[in-house]
Amino acid sequence: MASLQVPVRGKSGGSPTTKAVILVGGPSRGTRFRPLSLDLPKPLFEVAGHPIIEHCFAAITRLPEIREVFIVGYYDEGVFRDFIKDCARNHPAISIRYLREYQALGTAGGLYHFRDAILKGRPDRFFVLNADVCCSFPLEQMLRLFEEKDAEAVILGTRVPNDSATNFGCIVSDAHSKRVLHYVEKPESHISNLINCGVYLFATEAIFPSIKSAMKRRADRPRLVSYPSSDALDRTYLPRQDRAADDDDDDGEKTEVIRLEQDILSDLADSRQFYVLETKDFWRQIKTAGSAVPANALYLMKAFQQQSDELAKPSATILPPVFIHPTAHVDPTAKLGPNVSIGPRAIIGAGVRIKEAIVLEDAEIRHDACVLYAIVGWSSRVGAWARVEGTPTPVREHSTSVVKNGVKVQSITILGKECVVGDEVRVQNCVCLPYKELKRDVANEVIM
Amino acid sequence: MKALILVGGFGTRLRPLTLTLPKPLVEFGNRPMILHQIEALAAAGVTDIVLAVNYRPEIMTAALKKYEKEYNIRIEFSVETEPLGTAGPLKLAEKILGKDDTPFFVLNSDIICDFPFEQLAKFHKSHGNEGTIVVTKVEEPSKYGVVVHKPDHPSRIDRFVEKPVEFVGNRINAGIYILNPSVLQRIELRPTSIEQETFPSIVKDGQLHSFDLEGFWMDVGQPKDFLSGTCLYLSSLTKKGSKLLTSTSEPFVHGGNVMIDPSATIGKNCKIGPNVTIGPNVTIGDGVRLQRCVLLQGTKVKEHAWIKSTIVGWNSTVGRWARLENVSVLGDDVTIGDEVYCNGASVLPHKSIKQNVDAPAIIM
Repeated sequence: MASLQVPVRGKSGGSPTTKAVILVGGPSRGTRFRPLSLDLPKPLFEVAGHPIIEHCFAAITRLPEIREVFIVGYYDEGVFRDFIKDCARNHPAISIRYLREYQALGTAGGLYHFRDAILKGRPDRFFVLNADVCCSFPLEQMLRLFEEKDAEAVILGTRVPNDSATNFGCIVSDAHSKRVLHYVEKPESHISNLINCGVYLFATEAIFPSIKSAMKRRADRPRLVSYPSSDALDRTYLPRQDRAADDDDDDGEKTEVIRLEQDILSDLADSRQFYVLETKDFWRQIKTAGSAVPANALYLMKAFQQQSDELAKPSATILPPVFIHPTAHVDPTAKLGPNVSIGPRAIIGAGVRIKEAIVLEDAEIRHDACVLYAIVGWSSRVGAWARVEGTPTPVREHSTSVVKNGVKVQSITILGKECVVGDEVRVQNCVCLPYKELKRDVANEVIM
Repeated sequence: MKALILVGGFGTRLRPLTLTLPKPLVEFGNRPMILHQIEALAAAGVTDIVLAVNYRPEIMTAALKKYEKEYNIRIEFSVETEPLGTAGPLKLAEKILGKDDTPFFVLNSDIICDFPFEQLAKFHKSHGNEGTIVVTKVEEPSKYGVVVHKPDHPSRIDRFVEKPVEFVGNRINAGIYILNPSVLQRIELRPTSIEQETFPSIVKDGQLHSFDLEGFWMDVGQPKDFLSGTCLYLSSLTKKGSKLLTSTSEPFVHGGNVMIDPSATIGKNCKIGPNVTIGPNVTIGDGVRLQRCVLLQGTKVKEHAWIKSTIVGWNSTVGRWARLENVSVLGDDVTIGDEVYCNGASVLPHKSIKQNVDAPAIIM
């Protein structure tokens, strides 16, 4: 193939500079990740043996040109200190910093607030990764498309089933040129099944002006939500109150909050060189605590395909992929997998069966117990012959709830920190808050 | 002496087990239900037994031939061409029951208890009247027909009260009787009920007495009661110190009341009991937990399975880490997949279950 000279945007004729921003949100955001987020900020929750945010960071480190990474959010300063220390130790060539918003500014507002830090050294472009997505982060392909199209913005998109598309940001693109023609966040009617994965690459000279003009628009007049029907027009700045009630992004009313999805992307589609990279690889959101189980499965699968030596060796009792922390103790008669992560110092007894599950630090699963489609919280204990069980959901399904006897329940069973399940007790489709002891069989309940 | 056992129809209440074997041959405490009755009758000196059936499965004929020899008795089938109720079959078998003047026993085939035939016969002779019915004490008499005695007599029955609203007594008809052949004169050859027609007519003449049953009693005609009856039966064996039970000194026996056929094999680190019967050639894998359940002949329970309040039918297989509970009943040759959960599943023969049965259901 004839190689085209890639247009270089670099200011000084050298190779262009690229940075990366990981958006982590804040403690008031992760409510849907309860009960697990009661004890640990969601970005630090481990799936496939690593904190969720580390999967993002690892993808960034695969691009050698990225030397500077920012974590933007409104958690306390100390929350990411250890994580950043670890990253700095393992990747001395990369500078990683936490930029704390003192109030939630929205995804775009946060970027704009820290524009001086991001723009320092005059980078040409930067990635923005939402920490709550689980995917293969094909950053290099995004970069290639960006350069090939001489783009000002590239968004990562994926196809979802038509009936779930309206739960996401929908992208209409030109099939041939990959140019984004139209973008709507959570439309009411079907627009496209190509949806926003929450991973972007922006040209610095395009995105900040776009955010600035969005802020100006906002200052001039409050945000007008585009409703398809005219009878909604008088509800001017009504912020999406009829949207899915379980959506906890409820900070839309504050004028200073500017979000990429609602306030920027649609304009980019109208006025900028905005392209979409459609990934055929796995993608899903990590919103509810239950979604950590499919995320764990996807990251484990990826590690397995890459023949990662972190994973446990397949055998008669290890159905790959399985991650076992080196400090965990697993009885040789226990059967694990597929898609199981066992945390540090966890103890797995004789004749235990674990499938599609995460067992966290210091948890103990006693002999002959069975844990399926579940998360066993830190220092929790599951008794002998107990059965902790969720319901399998279809792989393509982006929801973590199922309807049982007409009631919507969590498909994944979750035991919070230091819970105890008695011997022979069965726990099915339950969410159990921390420090509870379950002595009797329970099903389809939230246990306070 | 003579006896008639009311077997009746297809035993639909005990399906799916009775899709494979006629009810009298379904093993209770590792022996066919009817054998408990035949043995007790033979021990009391009965030589002629009539089985009142309204169908005649070949398989039963063969099985009963064996018992004839074993207990030195004659077993006769009395086949109803149309259902004759609970009294009609007596008339149909008049030739045998009325062949001499000695009284005969009548019992429902679903009843399990410590059959007191000898004492019953002695008591019956002592009062010299036409009939004696065995009664048992129950906690909630309002669900049954209650026996009320004559005020001046401890055993002579005054009347029956069907499902009493107010307390009139706590003794109910246990489904076991001894009757003089003269009773046959009171019965016509038509569908008729012994409880509602024959007994009231005997009561009217002051000829019917009651006999208190000691110990346990259960109608085991349906799975839930079959399991409860098994518990009562095993408890009574424990009380008697019966050799039929597995010694509680076995490390895997938990809480006693465990009956394991010698040909069954038990894995390591199992916890079995209380109230478990394990039939011939059953294989139990390592780390299995069993309680309040019945495993019929040839069953295989794989490692780490957990079974409670369940009847596992002949030659069925229960997968690793499977969990069965809440009166699940597996028919013949059923397979429960690894890790599958069954809550009150009633599974017909030859089915393979690969997905959870979360709520009680019949799996066709």
